[in-house]
Amino acid sequence: MSSGAEDIQDLYSTTLRDLARNPAHRGKLDNAAATARGDNPMCGDRVDIFLNFDGPRIGETRFVARGCEICQASAAMLAEMVPGKSPDEARALGEGVKTMARTGQTNDSTGEMARLSIFAVVHKFPSRVKCATLAWSALDAALSGVRETSSE
Amino acid sequence: MDTNIARTFDVKRLRQDFPILATTVRGKPLTFLDSGASAQKPRQVIEAMTRCMETAYANVHRGAYHLSEAATESYEAARVAVQNFIGAAEPEEIVFTSNSTMAINLVAHSFGRGILKPGQFVLTSEMEHHANLVPWQMLRDAGLGIGLRYVRVTEGGELDMNDLAAKLADGKVGLVAITHMSNVLGTVTPAARIVKMAHEAGAKVLFDGSQAVVHRHVDVAALDADFYVFTGHKLYGPTGIGVLYGKRKLLDAMPPFLGGGDMIESVTLERTTYAAAPARFEAGTPAIIEAVGLHAAIDYVTAIGMDAIEAHERALVEHAMRVLPGVEGLRLLGAAQDRGGVFSFALEGVHPHDLSTYLDRSGICVRAGRHCAEPLHARFAVDGGTTRASFGLYTTPEEIDLLAEKLVDARRFFA
Ligand SMILES: Cc1ncc(COP(=O)(O)O)c(C=O)c1O
Repeated sequence: MSSGAEDIQDLYSTTLRDLARNPAHRGKLDNAAATARGDNPMCGDRVDIFLNFDGPRIGETRFVARGCEICQASAAMLAEMVPGKSPDEARALGEGVKTMARTGQTNDSTGEMARLSIFAVVHKFPSRVKCATLAWSALDAALSGVRETSSE
Repeated sequence: MDTNIARTFDVKRLRQDFPILATTVRGKPLTFLDSGASAQKPRQVIEAMTRCMETAYANVHRGAYHLSEAATESYEAARVAVQNFIGAAEPEEIVFTSNSTMAINLVAHSFGRGILKPGQFVLTSEMEHHANLVPWQMLRDAGLGIGLRYVRVTEGGELDMNDLAAKLADGKVGLVAITHMSNVLGTVTPAARIVKMAHEAGAKVLFDGSQAVVHRHVDVAALDADFYVFTGHKLYGPTGIGVLYGKRKLLDAMPPFLGGGDMIESVTLERTTYAAAPARFEAGTPAIIEAVGLHAAIDYVTAIGMDAIEAHERALVEHAMRVLPGVEGLRLLGAAQDRGGVFSFALEGVHPHDLSTYLDRSGICVRAGRHCAEPLHARFAVDGGTTRASFGLYTTPEEIDLLAEKLVDARRFFA
């Protein structure tokens, strides 16, 4: 087993920590075309996702997150990455993130998944996997027209 | 602190009774500060359970052969141990359940549905664990006309006793169900006063003693409590066993909760008559091995002395109260006068999850989240959760110092 200090530096990478603090895409989107709330009832983490559509593609995306740095960074990355994608493409990306957070593995280490790979280390911290996936679950719910979802 | 007690309480030696405390986490000694969630087990408990399985195990109350008799004897001896531990008048007042949650659900069902009347209220508080909240909401929502009231909690984290009095004033409260010690704030509630006020208003009282019984000597008869519940795994015993104490005449008047074997007097296809308490409330094969484990845990803490444990923990609380407020950016929840070794806090700029992951890398186990007390976290405007350090009899001042040191480091790391 690797030493704790290394793991924790890997988990809280500069990229992740910058994202967690980045003010971009934050705040409510009034009159959003789709919105959903993701709750983790165990710890109180909560992510609200708001999005508009640009024709068949996802348009402006914003979020409001109450949670740890992993949760914040994951929501920030989501809001940055999904505009311009079709709902199916966005869902597929979300599946990729979930698999990576759970297993550390990805079947596509190029392009966008490479950017998301900062979340791969989360699999070494089983109690933190939901922190990384909550925003993506909320996105799924928003795209399916469900207004609330839970990580449980 | 009584220095005689302090001298006989040798925490270094006691720690050797707990095999897990000798293990390391990623090469670091284990600093277990989550005993409020579940306590570690001494060798005495582990061995008693193993011995039961190796030498004296069979089902209880069922077989007329030596082993079954031996198992029945151990199981009933555990009941007597619990009786003596909490000062109950008779062993028949001790019902074994699977944990505190089941004990409270049992009362909510049997006393709530069977004895309370439409128009009556249950009075609980904002300070409760969900185990002492949700069963009462379910009772309220069952359409029986039974209402629910909450006692407010003060900014200092104590029960608002004026509010308690006000909510009892109309005489409509049939049961007060309140924690004896908060699992979030550490607050020890004024149990004797609550009983007196409730009884004067014609209400019965249930205490959730899940935390209290671990840290204090509890005497249900002296308190004149009507019901008292606790759970074995927080008292250095095994999981899967809990206790409901109920006054004999209350238990005898209550209808059963679960139906099945062991709780009957006679069964025909037409009707069943029920056994007297406690058997009436112990349907099915009970947690025999766990009862033996709980017995061993009670013997263990009793041999040390609950007063000595309490004194040790008071010293730890005083130490924590000196050390923790010195950590910059730390906000403690609650400031009760009478408190046990449970501290929930927010650390400015660091989310509880990030903090507990960080501390874990130093071998420190704390709990992050809302500790099954969402309304209380809402009350203190920390909906996002807190971090909680809770002590056991094996906790040392050095562990609290290490926590404080790592809190300072964490704040630097996440700055
Ligand atoms: C105050 C309090 N009540 C009830 C419980 C529930 O205990 P259990 O889960 O063993 O039923 C706990 C612990 O989780 C607690 O701290």
